[in-house]
Amino acid sequence: MADTQPDKIDSSIVNNVPVMKKRKGDKDQIALMVDDVIYTTRPNKKYSQRKPYKPANPKIITSFMPGNIPKVMVKPGQDVKEGDELCILEAMKMKNIILAPADGKIKRVNVKEGDVVPKNHALVELK
Amino acid sequence: MSIKQKTLDLKKRMQSALQGGGAKAIEKQVALGKMTARERIISLLDPNSFHEYDLFVEHAAKDFDMDKKHLPGDGVITGTGTISGFPVCIYAQDFTVAGGSLGLMHARKIGKIMDHAMNLKIPIIGINDSGGARIQEGVNSLAGYGEIFYRNTRASGVIPQISVILGPCAGGAVYSPALTDFVFVVDKISKMFITGPEVIRSVLGEEISMEELGGARVHSEVTGNAHFFSESETECFDKIKKLISYIPWNNKRKAAPFPKKAPKTRQFKIDNIIPTDPREPYDVRDVIKSISDDSEFFEVQELFAANMVVGFGRMNGQTIGFLANQPMVLAGVLDVDSSDKAARFIRYCDAFNIPLVTMVDLPGYLPGIDQEHAGVIRHGAKILYSYSEATVPKVTVILRKAYGGGYIAMCSRHLKADFVFAWPTAEIAVMGPEGAANIIFRHEIMNSPNPEETRQKKVEEYKKKFANPYVAAAHGYIDAVIEPDETRRFVLHALEISAEKSDEPPFKKHGIPPF
Repeated sequence: MADTQPDKIDSSIVNNVPVMKKRKGDKDQIALMVDDVIYTTRPNKKYSQRKPYKPANPKIITSFMPGNIPKVMVKPGQDVKEGDELCILEAMKMKNIILAPADGKIKRVNVKEGDVVPKNHALVELK
Repeated sequence: MSIKQKTLDLKKRMQSALQGGGAKAIEKQVALGKMTARERIISLLDPNSFHEYDLFVEHAAKDFDMDKKHLPGDGVITGTGTISGFPVCIYAQDFTVAGGSLGLMHARKIGKIMDHAMNLKIPIIGINDSGGARIQEGVNSLAGYGEIFYRNTRASGVIPQISVILGPCAGGAVYSPALTDFVFVVDKISKMFITGPEVIRSVLGEEISMEELGGARVHSEVTGNAHFFSESETECFDKIKKLISYIPWNNKRKAAPFPKKAPKTRQFKIDNIIPTDPREPYDVRDVIKSISDDSEFFEVQELFAANMVVGFGRMNGQTIGFLANQPMVLAGVLDVDSSDKAARFIRYCDAFNIPLVTMVDLPGYLPGIDQEHAGVIRHGAKILYSYSEATVPKVTVILRKAYGGGYIAMCSRHLKADFVFAWPTAEIAVMGPEGAANIIFRHEIMNSPNPEETRQKKVEEYKKKFANPYVAAAHGYIDAVIEPDETRRFVLHALEISAEKSDEPPFKKHGIPPF
C-alpha cells in the first residue's frame, strides 16, 4: 500500500497529506483524499483543528516543558561545545540543565534570568 | 429507654444525617443548577427502591482541627436499589459535605459498596461530585483513591461499572471514571481534569476556562473520556436507565431479552439511504436502524470520532453491539481515535456476551503526518486485536467500500468473523481503484501520449474487474452476496444459529493488547 505509492499525478497532494477543498453550497463538506480517491465528507473537530507539521530545527534549542529560567550560562557570540550548559529550565519542581546539542557559536539568547517560558519556546539559537 | 424512645432517637439521628451539609450548602448546590446527591439517587432509581447503608459513618481525622468537624456520612451516600427492576449498587458524592472531598472513611464506604456489587454480581453506579482529595487527611485520602482504582480494575469485565460526572472530578479522582465502562457527563455541570485552570495559569501562564479545559463537551468531542453527553441531569438519568436495559448484570449472563419488534422499514428504506457512487456520503446509522428492532439505536460516544459509529440496538429482542464506518464524517476512515473507540466497544461487548454486528464502508486508514506521529500504528492495531480476540458471535456486512487494511480490520473473515455478507454494491479490493490503477499501470500511464486519458481508462478497467464483491466471494472470503433488503433476514439467522457458539481462547493469564 503506502510504500508502493506512485509519483503523485495530482499536484495538489503534498507530503501525502489529504487536501481539503471546500465545496460550493455546503459549508461543512470537504473533499478528503485517500489512496487517490476523493471522497465527499465532513471533517470532525480534531481533524479541522490539526496543526501543520513543522520539522525541528537543530540550531534552535527549545523548552521541552513550560517553566521558569532561574539561570542563563551563555552569551551571544560565545563558542560552545556539545554538552555545555546553556541555561536552567525549572519545571515540575525539577531544575533541568539545558545542554548544547552540538558544537557551535551562540547566535541569540532569547531568555533572561527570571523569565517564565511556555512549551516549545526558543531558548537559545546557535549559528 | 423504651423501644419507642430508642426508635425516636434513631429517627433524630437519621434526620440530622440526612441534612447533609445543611440548608446553606444545599442552597448553593441548587443555585449551581445541580441536584443534591440524595435527589440524584432517588431520581435515578425506581421509586422507593433505594436502601441506604453506612449513614452513620464518621471520619476519624484529628489533624488541622478535623476532630471538631462533623461530616454527615463523610460526604458520600451509598446503597442499593433497582433501575426498571434491575438491581444496582450505587454511590453519590455529596458536595454539600466538605465539598464531597474524599477522606479515608468516604473511600471506605465507596470500597464497601463496590465489594457488595462484586459479590452480588450486579452493576455499580458512581455519581461523582467532589472537590478532590481531603487535603487535611493527607496520605489517607491518597490511599482511599488507590483502593477504589484497584476495585475498579478487579471489577472490570465482571460487572458493569458506570460513572456519572455531576460536578467537579479533578486530579486523582478522574481515574476511577477512566477505569470504568461508561462515563456520563452533563453540559455545564461536569468538569474533569488532572490539573485545573488555576494551576495551568500559575505554572504555565496559559489562560483557559474550566469549560474549555475539561467541560462535558470537550470530553465528549475531543478527548473521548466521556461516552454519553446530556443537556441536563434528568436527561442523563434517562440515558443511564436506557443503558441498563441493554446490558447484562454481569459477565456470566446475557442481557435481558425484550419483546421482538420489526424495524420501521418505511422510514429507513435501504434503497433511499445509500448512494451508489462510493465517494458520496450518507448516514450509516440509518442502515443500522433499517435492521434493528423498532429502528432503535442507542449510540455510544456519538460526538467523539464520529467517523466510527458504535452503539447498542436489538434484533429479535436480543441486545446487539453495532459498529459501522460513517461515510458522512471523514469518509469513515480508521484513524487513531476511531480505532480506539471501536476497540474498546468491541471488548465491552465481548466481555458481556453481546454479539457484534459490523457494517463496513471505508476507504482505509487516514493518511497524514499527524496520524503517523500520533501512533496510528499501535492505535490502529487495537481494532485488529479486539476483533480477533472477541469470541461472541461476529457478523459482518460489507455495504460498499472495503479497501486495504480497512477491509481486514473491520471484522473480516480473516479475523474470524462467523459470517460475512456483502451487498452487490460492495467493493472489496486492496485499495481504491484510482490508487491501484496509478500504481499498477504507472509506466503505461506515464509513457502514454495522453496520460490523463490512459489513467481514466485504466481506472475504469480496474473498477470493472475488481471493484465488486465477487472476487472476494470467489475466494470464499465472504459467505454470501445478498440483496440489501435481505440484510435483516440474513443477519438475524446468522445470530440465531450462533447462539451456542463456543470459541475457547488458548490459555493465557491475559493478552498484551497494544495500549
